[in-house]
Amino acid sequence: MANTLHFDLVSPERKLASVTATEVSIPAAAGDMTAMEGHEPTITTLRPGILRAVTAEGVRAFAVTGGFAEITGSTVTVLAERATPVEELTGTLLDDLIDEARELAKVALTDGRDDAEKLVNDMLSLKVAAGH
Amino acid sequence: MPSLKALKNRIASVKNTRKITKAMQMVAAAKLRRAQEAAEAARPYAERMNAVMSGLAAAAAGNEGAPRLLSGTGSDKVHLLVVMTSERGLCGGFNSTIVRLARARANDLLAHGKTVKILTVGKKGREQLRRDFGSLFVGHVDLTEVRRIGYSNAQAIASDILARFNAGEFDVATLFFNRFQSVISQIPTAQQIIPAQFEDDAAASTSTLYDYEPSEEAILADLLPRNVATQVFTALLENGASEQGARMSAMDNATRNAGDMINKLTIQYNRSRQAAITTELIEIIAGAEAL
Repeated sequence: MANTLHFDLVSPERKLASVTATEVSIPAAAGDMTAMEGHEPTITTLRPGILRAVTAEGVRAFAVTGGFAEITGSTVTVLAERATPVEELTGTLLDDLIDEARELAKVALTDGRDDAEKLVNDMLSLKVAAGH
Repeated sequence: MPSLKALKNRIASVKNTRKITKAMQMVAAAKLRRAQEAAEAARPYAERMNAVMSGLAAAAAGNEGAPRLLSGTGSDKVHLLVVMTSERGLCGGFNSTIVRLARARANDLLAHGKTVKILTVGKKGREQLRRDFGSLFVGHVDLTEVRRIGYSNAQAIASDILARFNAGEFDVATLFFNRFQSVISQIPTAQQIIPAQFEDDAAASTSTLYDYEPSEEAILADLLPRNVATQVFTALLENGASEQGARMSAMDNATRNAGDMINKLTIQYNRSRQAAITTELIEIIAGAEAL
């Protein structure tokens, strides 16, 4: 049995998952990262993407948008603004999110424009990754 | 002395009132349970957020370039009071306690020569504050149509507040709401959200040294606006639970009062009926004797 860590996924409205996992891959702002037992304590922000936790029962995947993840050697806590299990993800939901992001990009100030456009691109790749 | 007919009608009407208050109490009890569950479910997020934020904030507090949401604008001239009340009445002193606290704060600030702006959430508080502070209103959030408070509602309010802050409309923002203690006790609370304040004991628990990606400052800048939304959300949920708790105990009292009133009226009704019978008997006997 591989070494495990405790994985919590919390959204503002409810706790989505609290399981023991062997590895958790996180769509971090600066690129995907995978946390395993003994990982250096890290706090990172999230970009929209797919979060995967490998547990004894199989892989559980969630689509997350902004938030942050806190990693210690034995726990991973992800606080996501919005999180949806991949099974429940539908094309329309994603399209809504993409539209929302585009709206933001349109009204964003010049210095925020890059970030907002990155958000749109992240959303689009999220849609591709989810297979819609 | 009211007539028998009038008394009978009165008793019937109070009985109807009791049925209504009883029903409202039971509805409030059911809603309270749901509101409490929602508040409970939101707690882990708010707690983690607060813990991480206070760690970051403590580290960044001394820095020159700390974000304005944390360090403030450097003055405290203009205050924004966000007064959260209910959309419906019949909940005892729930709204008055919040309004009283907000009014005291507003008067205090005005007396010190500060500028006060008021953003109301929920129409009951707006109605109560309009007479004294109507000219200070800068906005209103209507949640009448919202059946279940969601995070998106909080986000909408938070982005409104943040937009005003970025536009330089105010320096300090404070939330006013009722913190849910129990069904019979809700504590009116004033919580400052901008500049952000954190409980010190939470900071001590996150003494672990973290790596930050991308950087500490970037994370802080990203999280501060989210933290405002989280705090608004927590306040909305606490307020929701408090409202139902207050309504439940208010309606419980009303039901009990209606019961007392029915007893009193029934005794009065029986006495008058007896008096009428006695009078009739005396009249018959007196008539018989006169023959």
